[in-house]
Amino acid sequence: MDVVLWGVLPYLTLALLIGGTIWRYRFDKFGWTTRSSQLYESRLLRIGSPLFHVGILFVVVGHVGGLIVPESLTDALGISENLYHFNALFFGSIAGFCTLAGIAILIYRRRRTGPVFMATTKNDKLMYVILVAAIVLGLWTTVVSIGAGHAAHNYRESVSPWFRSIFWLHPDVESMAAAPIQFHIHTLVGMVLFAIWPFTRLVHAFTAPLHYLFRPYIVYRSRDEVAGSAATRASRPGWAPVGTADRDHQPREGR
Amino acid sequence: MRVMAQMGMVMNLDKCIGCHTCSVTCKQAWTNRAGTEYVWFNNVETRPGQGYPRRYEDQEKWRGGWVRTRRGRLTLRGGNRFRKLLTIFASPVQPELEDYYEPWTYDYKALIEAPLGDDFPVARPKSLITGEDTKITWSANWDDDLGGASEMGHLDPIVEAVNAARGEANEKIRFEFEKTFMFYLPRICEHCLNPSCMASCPSGAIYKRAEDGIVLVDQDRCRGWRQCITGCPYKKIYFNHKSGKAEKCTFCYPRIEVGIPTVCSETCVGRLRYLGLFLYDVDKVTAAASVEDEKDLYEAQLDLLLDPNDPAVIRAAKEQGIPDDWLDAARRSPVYALAKVYKVALPLHPEYRTMPMVWYVPPLSPIVDLLAKQGHDAEDRDTLFGAIDALRIPVDYLAELFTAGDTEVVTRVLQRLAAMRAYMRDVTLDREPDAGIPASVGLTEESMRAMYRLMAIAKYEERYVIPTVSALDHQQKAHELEELACSLDYDEGPGMYGSAAFGEASGRPAPVAVETFQALRQRQTSGAETSSSSLRGRVNLLNWDGNGSPEGLFPEAHGGDE
Repeated sequence: MDVVLWGVLPYLTLALLIGGTIWRYRFDKFGWTTRSSQLYESRLLRIGSPLFHVGILFVVVGHVGGLIVPESLTDALGISENLYHFNALFFGSIAGFCTLAGIAILIYRRRRTGPVFMATTKNDKLMYVILVAAIVLGLWTTVVSIGAGHAAHNYRESVSPWFRSIFWLHPDVESMAAAPIQFHIHTLVGMVLFAIWPFTRLVHAFTAPLHYLFRPYIVYRSRDEVAGSAATRASRPGWAPVGTADRDHQPREGR
Repeated sequence: MRVMAQMGMVMNLDKCIGCHTCSVTCKQAWTNRAGTEYVWFNNVETRPGQGYPRRYEDQEKWRGGWVRTRRGRLTLRGGNRFRKLLTIFASPVQPELEDYYEPWTYDYKALIEAPLGDDFPVARPKSLITGEDTKITWSANWDDDLGGASEMGHLDPIVEAVNAARGEANEKIRFEFEKTFMFYLPRICEHCLNPSCMASCPSGAIYKRAEDGIVLVDQDRCRGWRQCITGCPYKKIYFNHKSGKAEKCTFCYPRIEVGIPTVCSETCVGRLRYLGLFLYDVDKVTAAASVEDEKDLYEAQLDLLLDPNDPAVIRAAKEQGIPDDWLDAARRSPVYALAKVYKVALPLHPEYRTMPMVWYVPPLSPIVDLLAKQGHDAEDRDTLFGAIDALRIPVDYLAELFTAGDTEVVTRVLQRLAAMRAYMRDVTLDREPDAGIPASVGLTEESMRAMYRLMAIAKYEERYVIPTVSALDHQQKAHELEELACSLDYDEGPGMYGSAAFGEASGRPAPVAVETFQALRQRQTSGAETSSSSLRGRVNLLNWDGNGSPEGLFPEAHGGDE
């Protein structure tokens, strides 16, 4: 069981994440967007969205620090386990609760603003469930650790070595299996989140526009070469007819 | 000197009757789709009026366009690159749907299916966003023909600017019936030389085509960060709320490429639109957009436009690979003539420093109308000249629109137009034309007649001088032969994923072309039977010329006679 969970699943997740991203980039560039709903409502978005996004960016930084930086390195730098632990829990819980508050505002907005709710797909709903679960479970591990004080589980001796070992293609199943249950569940939900990532609107994170800082303001490009004659065109996304519920009682595709 | 070609448009506002045909046909062609219900790539505003979206010209609020820093450099009014990225999670000043309007339809079914009864059935308005019953409170031209101007006229940002400039003592723009004036302003994307939407785009998805300067959004690279909507001071980039991508006026590039005018131009009943090429020096654009005084921007923009008859320009253009057909089109360009030769076309809001390439001949009509109302002979030169100066409000108003407030330029243009009317009246009434009239506005009799011809009776071929891309393609023949190989990507080839791995907002778009236009013309004039190879196994009945029965017209008979 442990081998399946911590030896096989991570690789399935990675395969889906990488393969799915390549596939989507190759065949669905048109669908690769934030699908912003700011046009419908921006008062709540203006509070919730930055809170969530900035929070989750700090959470990512925290995870990278905790999982990739080995304990031996921080020891060598003279950072005691207690100091590290305090920092991780302190800043981690702040970032975590910001993220949670942000997504709570966003979900409230999504449910209560008519047009935003109309624009929410099943895909979005599934994604929200898993994303919220991952955030809540992550906070749970943090709260449990705070509650345990000095006796808290040191994940940098169990989860982190396992995480790094995945990339050496020699998964350290035993260390992970030794971690407490809350870490197990959080990790599993996290893997599900990464597995569905390429197939949801979350993909927009992979094209964070950092190159904007370096590109010239004005972009010149040559006309696209039109290969062959396109005398007749297949119907294509973005050209769905205008409609209302009274005209088509069935929910429209993509809703 | 680096010469580039730019498709441009001139609209003669004196001829606009505000019929909205351009808006309607544009909408039918481009934005009658889910997600773009509220989008009008072309809209016609009544001025004075708030415009669409409401008060878009109030850049203190909407933060569009460029500003010049104290060190003389250009920066986006909405903030520099860092600021843009920091505020990407919630765009600070993006217009909401209510700033445009909530699109609606009517429940027509109720009219047909209502049971027999004493009351007439009513088609209730339904929101196209939520599908619920809605109350219609605004639209893209709600204040059409000064509707509601007595109450809302002061909300026009230009009225505010004029009133502020005139101060307490002088006469302000008011909306009493006797004093009011109006004209129409059709607007499309300006296809600027220095576009601030492009500069705002974090993904780099908006680009200017090197061949003809048309500004387009690459739908495959747009990620919906929506900074361009803030960046464009004309608010001519729209967010497709269904696909999550930015969309804008395409200058009907598939039509332009094959030499036919844009839909808005083609269908304009007043024939007030002109299409043609500008040649400009791309190396000087930034410098021209950064001149210190806003009132110099119009002149700076004119200076960018190069004379297509100048041998040095022709040589430089050829070095840049601009084909002879295009240079010839540039020499016959009506937009160059109106903007640079006769100097009667002005750019819309040059103070945004984007170097817009849709130009306007300011309307003389508000002044003429007012004169006629007062019982004057509105075509007489002296009356008109005097009135242009005396009726300052329209001139002030036009100057805020077209010259960053410089009334001198507008007055000069209006005087030219007035002089043309007065001079041509003598000609058409068989009186001795007064050579002093053209001279008084700096034109010769010949050039005034040429200007009259272009503005009054120019035919289709003179109004729309559009070089085709086939001239470009000929020049790149060699390259093309090498690249012929990838046609599999389109037209149901293996690379074509027409619909929807992720619902309607997914999949790959196929490239657009109006190749049928050329194909049709060729078939109609060749007289030969349509070959199946040119139809690629399909038949478009609209294009069938009645010659023979092309393969695919009838389904293939299976198993012999039936």
